[in-house]
Amino acid sequence: MSIVETKDLVFEYIRRDEEGNVEGITRAVDNVSLSIRQGDFIAVLGHNGSGKSTLAKHINAILYPTEGTVWVNGMDTSDDEKLWDVRQSAGMVFQNPDNQIIGQVVEEDVGFGPENLGVPTKEIWERVEESLRAVGMYEFRKHSPNKLSGGQKQRVSIAGVIAMHPKCIVLDEPTAMLDPKGRKEVIRAARALNDVEEITVILITHYMEEIIYANRVFVMDKGRVAMEGTPREIFSQVERLKELRLDVPQVTLLAHELKKSGLQIPDGILTTQELLQALGL
Amino acid sequence: MAIILDHVNHIYEPGTPMAFSALTDVNLVIPDGQFIGLIGHTGSGKSTLVQHLNGLLKPTSGSIYYNGADINADGFNKKELRSKVGLVFQYPEHQLFEIDVFTDVCFGPKNLGLDRKEVELRAYAALKQVGLEDEYFYQSPFDLSGGQKRRAAIAGVLAMKPEVLILDEPTAGLDPKGRDEILDQIAALRQETGMTVILVSHSMEDVARYVDRIIVMNKSRVMMDDEPGAVFKRYGELEEVGLAAPQITYIMQALKEKGLSVDTDIINVEEASQAILRALGR
Repeated sequence: MSIVETKDLVFEYIRRDEEGNVEGITRAVDNVSLSIRQGDFIAVLGHNGSGKSTLAKHINAILYPTEGTVWVNGMDTSDDEKLWDVRQSAGMVFQNPDNQIIGQVVEEDVGFGPENLGVPTKEIWERVEESLRAVGMYEFRKHSPNKLSGGQKQRVSIAGVIAMHPKCIVLDEPTAMLDPKGRKEVIRAARALNDVEEITVILITHYMEEIIYANRVFVMDKGRVAMEGTPREIFSQVERLKELRLDVPQVTLLAHELKKSGLQIPDGILTTQELLQALGL
Repeated sequence: MAIILDHVNHIYEPGTPMAFSALTDVNLVIPDGQFIGLIGHTGSGKSTLVQHLNGLLKPTSGSIYYNGADINADGFNKKELRSKVGLVFQYPEHQLFEIDVFTDVCFGPKNLGLDRKEVELRAYAALKQVGLEDEYFYQSPFDLSGGQKRRAAIAGVLAMKPEVLILDEPTAGLDPKGRDEILDQIAALRQETGMTVILVSHSMEDVARYVDRIIVMNKSRVMMDDEPGAVFKRYGELEEVGLAAPQITYIMQALKEKGLSVDTDIINVEEASQAILRALGR
């Protein structure tokens, strides 16, 4: 069953000048039809302005289609009566952790979502505990979020979403502001949610190394899905990705360079281990 | 001439229960024209350090010298210092505010009291240096793409003709091409003008590719200060403090362990490819 489905999705916004006169219309998402299965780990790539964040905001009903339809867990996101059900089914985590944390204490922050859903107090605490454990932040439950590192704050943000028991979580560049350790922590947490809790994960990122764990990758360009496939299929097309202002992980690029120099190496090498094998080491 | 930091300490909220040491006994010499990478986990003291270099923060103890003069001495001209040591903050596009790109870039040099012609010449040159074409000059800065906005913001600092350019995470949130474009332009600019560049970054790949010296901060202290190859060779220690080496370092290490005779100092893909081909006798 698909958890997220879009059909002929178009999103346009009107640009206005200082006096409010219409200057033109920008089509940020252009005829996107896609289907994401429950339990998928999806990565979305694309250059700045390619439409990936605009697409993502439709899944959480922050934006509504100009044309076409988006269904989340079978519900049409344009249906006002389903708004809260849609948002509870698909949670979202943004780039800057400091803009998303409101509680004075970690566990309060995580409890904020379920509290607003009207969940009974006892169950709120159960959900807070399980969510913090799922992202490896339970031992920090009594801490002030201000004192946490960037990676820890992002994991608290993720826990806040999980506590609402979503079927799907959209992570919009969650690691852009983090140091290498923070990036690892967040990606590890996202993978665990997908593996263990079977939550559908949609990860938007500019870090190519982060997408090798995805089972499907969408590459956006000019509001459309320009490429779709497994990480290996996508990363086999080094030149095409560069045209789309993207890149490949260093190990993939190294394998590509070695192949160009005449070594027998398959396309789309994703890990050091695979490279060693390809070199017969 | 150079920037010298002599036993610099900085304590936030000294004398209170919240007192927190952000810089502890930092000693550095930064000669003219170097391209320096400053790395460290969140909260390691990097931003506090760079804000000392243009006098935004004063050390609790210790001294900072710019071209031989103590920048915190009475009578030192801090306004002039800030035009010489340009600091581009994280997400500098949030600081764009004028009605068009050109006017925004003029703001800095105008405040230096230069005449209009000089101001406009500098703004023009700076926009060219960051690769923004004429067609964007009279657009609202808010209508530019993310990468263009950031370049406009960097141009605003370049128009001050700084001798030292400090960039705090200049590529965060940019796509890979946008990231390469900005860093390539900065590297070219440094070649051309001989200015000193200090790049604060969480991307080890970027740091490895551009800089000739890396300063690693950890818990308010300078933990390492060396050439990139020598720093990334100590990847185990880097990981302990929340950092890492570029992926290529780990690959070379793995190849070496499998018996391939390659140099583990290598930190970029081109060199790695050549070294592997050599080791395989190709």
